[in-house]
Amino acid sequence: MIMGAEPRLGVSDPGPARRPWQPCCARTATLRACDGAPGSVHRLDPFSLISSHGARQAGEASLRALRVLLVVLLLFALAIGAFFLWARHSEIATIDPSRRPPADEAVVAKGAELAAIGDCDVCHTVPGGPPYAGGRPIPTPFGTIYSANITPDATTGISRWSQAAFRRAMKEGVSRNGDDLYPAFPYDHYTKLGDDDVAALYAFLMSRSAVQSRPPANALIFPLNLRWTVAVWDLLYLDRTPFRPDPKQSEAWNRGAYLVQGLGHCGDCHTPRDRLGGERTAAAFAGGTAEGWSAPALTAASPAPLPWSEAQLFRYLHQGWDTAHGAAAGPMAPVTRDLARASASDVAAIATYVATLEGPGAARPAAAAATANARPLPTETVSASPADLGATLFEGACANCHSGISPMVPPHGIDLRRSTAIGAPDPTDAIFIVLDGIRPVEGERGPWMPRFDGAFTDAQLAALLNYLRAQHSGTPPWSDLDSRIRALRQSKERS
Amino acid sequence: MIELTVNGTAHRVDVDPATPLLYVLRDELQLNGAKFGCGLGQCGACTVMAEGEAIYSCLTPVAALQGRKITTVEGLGTAGNPGPLQRAFIAEQAAQCGYCIAGMVMRAQALLQRNSSPSDAEIRAEMEPNLCRCGTHMRILRAIRRASSEMRTASTQNATEARP
Repeated sequence: MIMGAEPRLGVSDPGPARRPWQPCCARTATLRACDGAPGSVHRLDPFSLISSHGARQAGEASLRALRVLLVVLLLFALAIGAFFLWARHSEIATIDPSRRPPADEAVVAKGAELAAIGDCDVCHTVPGGPPYAGGRPIPTPFGTIYSANITPDATTGISRWSQAAFRRAMKEGVSRNGDDLYPAFPYDHYTKLGDDDVAALYAFLMSRSAVQSRPPANALIFPLNLRWTVAVWDLLYLDRTPFRPDPKQSEAWNRGAYLVQGLGHCGDCHTPRDRLGGERTAAAFAGGTAEGWSAPALTAASPAPLPWSEAQLFRYLHQGWDTAHGAAAGPMAPVTRDLARASASDVAAIATYVATLEGPGAARPAAAAATANARPLPTETVSASPADLGATLFEGACANCHSGISPMVPPHGIDLRRSTAIGAPDPTDAIFIVLDGIRPVEGERGPWMPRFDGAFTDAQLAALLNYLRAQHSGTPPWSDLDSRIRALRQSKERS
Repeated sequence: MIELTVNGTAHRVDVDPATPLLYVLRDELQLNGAKFGCGLGQCGACTVMAEGEAIYSCLTPVAALQGRKITTVEGLGTAGNPGPLQRAFIAEQAAQCGYCIAGMVMRAQALLQRNSSPSDAEIRAEMEPNLCRCGTHMRILRAIRRASSEMRTASTQNATEARP
């Protein structure tokens, strides 16, 4: 440190004489130039900070500032170190699969039903590929993640995982080797799982056929391609509180809540997310997105024209279709396909819980409810006015099934006054359904609607949907219909 | 009056604009290749192409098709001079009763125009909406593979001949 040297900054005018021990100005060596006009700004040169005063006190003040800075830096480094220590997970040793005790058949069967509620196969299977062998691309706003092979294969699957390693993965999102798993795997929900259920899922997965298949490497943006960054996400979003039953509610309701909040991870799609991909828990079940589709709200904000009763929810979830609400479509279709294999009492419990999410006397647009309830079904074709293209297209393309006049076998298409997609605030799902239709998974039964993407131009599709919206819902027209149609025609997320 | 262009020929037909194309093709234009199967878009017997895309003619009102090029099975060739896909269906004897075949041919045509060498999985996925009650699906798949390979060979030959 150069004491008493010539000031090296400030303006050229030395200003009034000053004794060396006198502070030059009220705020000393920080922001203002001591030698210059009051208010002139100090250039932030660290050397000049030390030498500008030529004053012992000022120098000591600088030293103190340095010390504070050092302490802050040290604390910061300690915090980072502590974070990495906290975020670091130990490896859990592999086991010899041949020495795994044989699982009880009843436990495996319970695991199978639970896996159906968790929809494990949906993400962990490439469409048409071997079940649970992983490799399905999961698109996220941050890049593509490929699901893991969770068959009991020794090299590419999880055969060498102990039950403890599996439990940690499920409930904490940490792989056997200690790596963080990405929250595309919904461990933020599975953290609510009871250990018995985790054990049953483990027993079930270990009973599957081993498939040797290594999924492709993830393609995520920097820095999220570094797995430790997930620890930051966990700090922000992972709530490890176990599920707490509500003693005021029935056993079925509590079972449903446990399954919906935990294994079923319904909020994964039906709760809106923030920019970092965390669920906005304050707005739980207020509607989100799934694979480009809009996942409707399950709360009082539900766009369904008729309220969902418990019995309707059960039918919809268990058979994929209900007369008052229509067919499960898009990403919900495989969910209902899985729930058909789950235990009926668990699906009924889910229905019990979800039915209460709307709240008592859910506020529906009165017009929508009135439309849905009051207007009778047309019994014969109404001749459309030639001026209304949408009505003409409806009569030629849709009325056969959707006016209840189909000459063929039931079930007919849903009465569109009851369609959630037509009454929804966002036209996405209605566009998807008309463009791509509804198809069961290959080889399985399910609701069917033909696709119309080749039949209609963008303008014709807009005319049709505007007509359906005006005619079949009590809600105002969609404002972004044309742009959404254009965007979704080009979307790669269509089936 | 509705103006329709079918197999390159312009027609003016006096029908309700909500009439599905199938009825206009068969009743007004005497193009009987496309068949009525279910009337609900579940069987594919009525399949034709609009601007190269396979559509169900039983569910597409003519109001949606004005100004768009429609191709039916009659547009691919004649009995005396069948097109490549029709030849392949004959070579593989892919028809039994034949009711579904016009629809099968048209959906396959749309696929091959878009993708001249589809994989087996792509052919199966594309043909999934079209049903054959006789069960000749395996022959239909063979016919599509044959047509794909013959059309590729033909286009390679043309390219070779065109070279100076």
